[in-house]
Amino acid sequence: MEADNVPQEGNATLGGQRKAVYARDASGRLVIVTSRGWEVEEIVTRQAVDAMAQQAEVSRERVLAGVASPLEYWMHARRMDVALLAQSSGFWQWRVRRHLEPRGFARLSGAQLGRYAQALGLTVTELRQLP
Amino acid sequence: MTFDHRHAAHCESGVVANLLRHHGLDMSESLAFGLASALSFAYLPFIKVSGQPVVAYRALPRAIIRGMKAPLDAHFRFESFRSETSGQERLDALLAEGRVVGLQTSVYWLPYFPPDMRFHFNAHNLLVYGKEGDDYLISDPVFEHPVRCPSADLARARFAKGVLAPKGLLYYPQRIERRSVRPAAVRQAIARNCRHMLAPVPIAGVRGIRFLASRLERLPADEPATAALIGHIVRMQEEIGTGGAGFRFLYAAFLQEAAALAERPALATFADRLTEIGDGWRGFALKAARMVKGREPVVPPAIAALLRELAVREEAFFRELKTAVR
Repeated sequence: MEADNVPQEGNATLGGQRKAVYARDASGRLVIVTSRGWEVEEIVTRQAVDAMAQQAEVSRERVLAGVASPLEYWMHARRMDVALLAQSSGFWQWRVRRHLEPRGFARLSGAQLGRYAQALGLTVTELRQLP
Repeated sequence: MTFDHRHAAHCESGVVANLLRHHGLDMSESLAFGLASALSFAYLPFIKVSGQPVVAYRALPRAIIRGMKAPLDAHFRFESFRSETSGQERLDALLAEGRVVGLQTSVYWLPYFPPDMRFHFNAHNLLVYGKEGDDYLISDPVFEHPVRCPSADLARARFAKGVLAPKGLLYYPQRIERRSVRPAAVRQAIARNCRHMLAPVPIAGVRGIRFLASRLERLPADEPATAALIGHIVRMQEEIGTGGAGFRFLYAAFLQEAAALAERPALATFADRLTEIGDGWRGFALKAARMVKGREPVVPPAIAALLRELAVREEAFFRELKTAVR
């Protein structure tokens, strides 16, 4: 890639940052060129971010419908899955799955809620409800 | 303290180069990357992170730090911790001694990252060069300028859980015995990288590329999971700080430097060839993104064919490179 051809497409996903890309300058030397982004990167990043945001939205509906606990919403809102939430909170995965249901969630003690809140970077009050 | 922060494509090679330069060595990002033989390809379908298999274009995390041992006889000390408190106390003590300290962190919990870049990826590297009040002064090589991070956020990022959990890992060089690189060491590093790329295992190197191609070929065109995997491959290649084309451009920059350092002028033409192969990877990414975006139909065999073509070109390239450094 030539330095003049380094894409400068202003990706929204970069949040105004610029990234370092290697390209050939006029003398043929490979040097760092700062890039405002390439649409290709934006497409695939948006795809991944949207997939996670959609999971959170589905969970929000499920919480409102009474079939999931707010923990399920927050897990997805924090871009986690059951495996990561289990490791972050110290609960076994099968227990986490139980707590994703309203009945299991309702049985959690204050200390257990605290472990989830800590893992998700929330207060217990926030964890108990949707934002 | 002032710190000579330089913007880099990749976190680990950037951290190592900036840290070694701080200790008086003449080190670029590409040289650190190349000396560590860090170019790679690996497809590990059995290890999933957030539901996607590992697709890596470079060596394992920490390979670049450890890779400084052979060429420079540089010994790094690694320390990890059980608790956030002890991890932070140790970091503060090292900073008080005037050291610049490398950290492994999660990306997700670093507040200075753009929200769309915050994924649960635990093998990010950055340097801490000071503390002001509650803020750590950070040289994060994938950012253009130094940044700051409140201590609570940094502690969370250092002690994030999950795959490749950093456990508060910090590192710094204890001693660096050689100030410059011997030509033979550069040639050895290149030969080692050629061996990795031509390794007789199905999941790594050019065989890894073919393995991924054969998996892709058989995927149903109309399933959303297929487009998700195609997008994931491109993200690992372009978005995760690779300097473009999954580190191929970065390694080409190293080969240019190596032409003089290894006393092998022919390596300059190899640099040009790898740049062209990198352009091929960019073409692959463009085609894949068009499919993801729905601008053209998702045709898994077409994507697989592009990968196979790249595997052929890389196989020939690394075979010839291997003989060129003999």
